[in-house]
Amino acid sequence: MSIRVAITGLGAITPIGANVEQTWKNALAQNSGVVKLNDKWSEGLAAQIAGRVLIDPFEILDRVQARRMDRSTQLGVIAAKEAWQDAGAPEIDRERLGVHFGTGIGGLNTVIEQYETMMTRGADRVNPMTVPMIMPNSAAAMVGLQFGAQAGVHSPVSACATSAEAIAGGLEMIRNGKADMVIAGGTEACLNRLAISAFAAMKALSTRKDEPEKASRPYDLARDGFVMGEGAGAIILESETHAIARGAKIYGYLAGAGMSADGYHIAAPEPEGAGAARAIKQALLDAEISKSEVSHINAHATSTPVGDIAEYKAMRSALGTDLDNVLVTATKSLTGHLLGGAGAAESIFAILALKNGVVPPTMNLDNQDPQIEMNVAKPNKNTLAKGARVALNNSFGFGGHNVCLVFTS
Amino acid sequence: MTEEQILAEMAIILNEVAGVEASKVTADKSFLDDLEVDSLSMVEVVMAAEDKFDVKIPDEEVKNLRTVGDAVNFILKAK
Repeated sequence: MSIRVAITGLGAITPIGANVEQTWKNALAQNSGVVKLNDKWSEGLAAQIAGRVLIDPFEILDRVQARRMDRSTQLGVIAAKEAWQDAGAPEIDRERLGVHFGTGIGGLNTVIEQYETMMTRGADRVNPMTVPMIMPNSAAAMVGLQFGAQAGVHSPVSACATSAEAIAGGLEMIRNGKADMVIAGGTEACLNRLAISAFAAMKALSTRKDEPEKASRPYDLARDGFVMGEGAGAIILESETHAIARGAKIYGYLAGAGMSADGYHIAAPEPEGAGAARAIKQALLDAEISKSEVSHINAHATSTPVGDIAEYKAMRSALGTDLDNVLVTATKSLTGHLLGGAGAAESIFAILALKNGVVPPTMNLDNQDPQIEMNVAKPNKNTLAKGARVALNNSFGFGGHNVCLVFTS
Repeated sequence: MTEEQILAEMAIILNEVAGVEASKVTADKSFLDDLEVDSLSMVEVVMAAEDKFDVKIPDEEVKNLRTVGDAVNFILKAK
């Protein structure tokens, strides 16, 4: 009998809230976090809107500690601290505590700042903390240091599938007996001129200028690309035995995970969603759950014309007619796309949806694309059937990475 | 700039860079042993001091700066 993995703590900092409670409340209330960028650096960009974290990390973190972290790590540490507190800040053997925490892009803001310093003030003025601030494992390492984790500190990197892959990695760490608890999740903060220009050059972003809250519109006929976002999510995974022994509050379970690769293109999703479908099927197999038991999916659904359809095809192919009994939602309509933070933030939505029997509605679904034939959560049509106990989270990343996580109540 | 003024500025830098309480910064304190300024933070302190006092502190000098007083004296002479 394999070890059952419970969820005992949640933490998030997103464009719609500085913590899980605010984020969840604003998701249900349909308060979008997508705003116009009115910064000097955003002038003239093809995309001028984003989902932005509005609270200053320096208001939450210790100042000296925060100045040694890139913004992406700052947000990750904030989410991890909340999750840890939520889990009861347990006294645990640190050799049995692990971290699986990633980022898609890493410390790009710091790269840019230090490049500018080097060019304007000279090579000998580059901050000595630059390397620890920009390395992709920085957030994982800082989260690990924060809590003294010694079972292993890992940081998968798979673009926008990163934090879902991290959660899957945390599951494995506990299942194979390497840790009793894992802080899992991911973060991103790359709202800067370079990253937005680069994503815009791929024609991946919505170029809508007015009414920013209407730009992220997954499944809607008028969708025109994703909206960049920033933020982080952290989940405390814990072996059920350990959780029960210390009397922890249990939100639900991470019952399984599936991962696959498209083997198709560096950026475009395979249009039939075959790879994604395999991840979903593997996840259900891993969780020993039948497709008919799935009640809810928090989809990857970034609001790109091609991606949303490919994912629909994947869900249809994996679940068949059982998809007709699933309530799907696309919370990127509210937050924008948190890239490396997306899988964790959206897993938190899925976990809370199961716990509360209510799903954050998809915003801006005015005219559902007729090619996407499924039930998408709308305001007043967002409650789960009584007894709903299985939810999936899909996350996909540039490079053809597909991850599906199975949560149960 | 007097010795006292340099010491006061060093306290500000140490607080900013490494979170050292300004009141703890006296000439006899060792950067590493008393103020827990590790080697990476020391690089930052040196860079901030170079900017602040408009002096150059060569790498080979930095290892001789054990105490805050050592740094203050170096800056005083270099100016």
